[in-house]
Amino acid sequence: MTFVSSSKDTENLTLTLVAEFAADAKRVWQVWEDARQLERWWGPPSYPATFVTHELSPGHRSHYYMTGPDGEQPHGWWEVTSVEAPDRLEFIDGFANEDGSPQDPEDTSTTVVTLDEDGGTTRMTMVASFRSLEQLQRMVEMGMEEGLKEAIGQIDAILAESPVK
Amino acid sequence: MVVYKPSSRDRLEEADIDRIFQALADATRRDILRQSMLREQSVSELARNYSMSFAAVQKHVAVLERALLVTKERRGREQIVHSNPAALRRAARLLDAYEALWRDRIDRLGDLLSEPGTEAPRPDTPGNDTRKDTQQ
Repeated sequence: MTFVSSSKDTENLTLTLVAEFAADAKRVWQVWEDARQLERWWGPPSYPATFVTHELSPGHRSHYYMTGPDGEQPHGWWEVTSVEAPDRLEFIDGFANEDGSPQDPEDTSTTVVTLDEDGGTTRMTMVASFRSLEQLQRMVEMGMEEGLKEAIGQIDAILAESPVK
Repeated sequence: MVVYKPSSRDRLEEADIDRIFQALADATRRDILRQSMLREQSVSELARNYSMSFAAVQKHVAVLERALLVTKERRGREQIVHSNPAALRRAARLLDAYEALWRDRIDRLGDLLSEPGTEAPRPDTPGNDTRKDTQQ
């Protein structure tokens, strides 16, 4: 259960994150494969995730939603693009309507998960790539309080205005 | 699509904001930022503009760096400072936030995997801690 390292590419909007777990790859694969287990770690306790449909098979579309403290329920979808159990999983995801259909099928980010087992320990590498800053911001901000969003917007405005002579 | 745990999110973002305002609260640092916005330059070049030690200038640069306002890059023996344009700053901040969210996920995932698993194929996980129950 150890975070190992991360690296960020601000030009290509990519985050790479490496973690190690004291479990074999088959066990780690289960927490991705089994919707009930996935629900237990995907969303924080204050914003739990519910997977309405989920299956790790190529072309399958998962539909899930999260439930916020005020009862708001943002929906999301995944489409599994590549599966090699228990070594590698690739999916695209985006924001969904309440019926699970994509709000904008072009507005997706890509996540690639690889599992490398070595002597009962599994190293999980997750690479997430975003298409645009707007998309990344929307993902990060979902569920964020309005006041905080405004504060962050103000900083951007201040920085944009600082005169460079 | 992702959502934040409020506590960690607030800490992160507020700390972010603090770092930016703190960095910009000092006249020398504002000047260093302006200089590096005009063109990228080495810490030693920057240091020539001020009547303070190289080490002091380096510290100022480090504060700007932590606030994601500039990036430092080693080129041979020189450390080159360039300002992060607004878009890159925003990207760095958002990727930080996204990373924080994934670190929380990894914590939860680790907890889940260390449970004495009924689903686990091998019941031999050492050091099981039964305190970690289902959270929902």
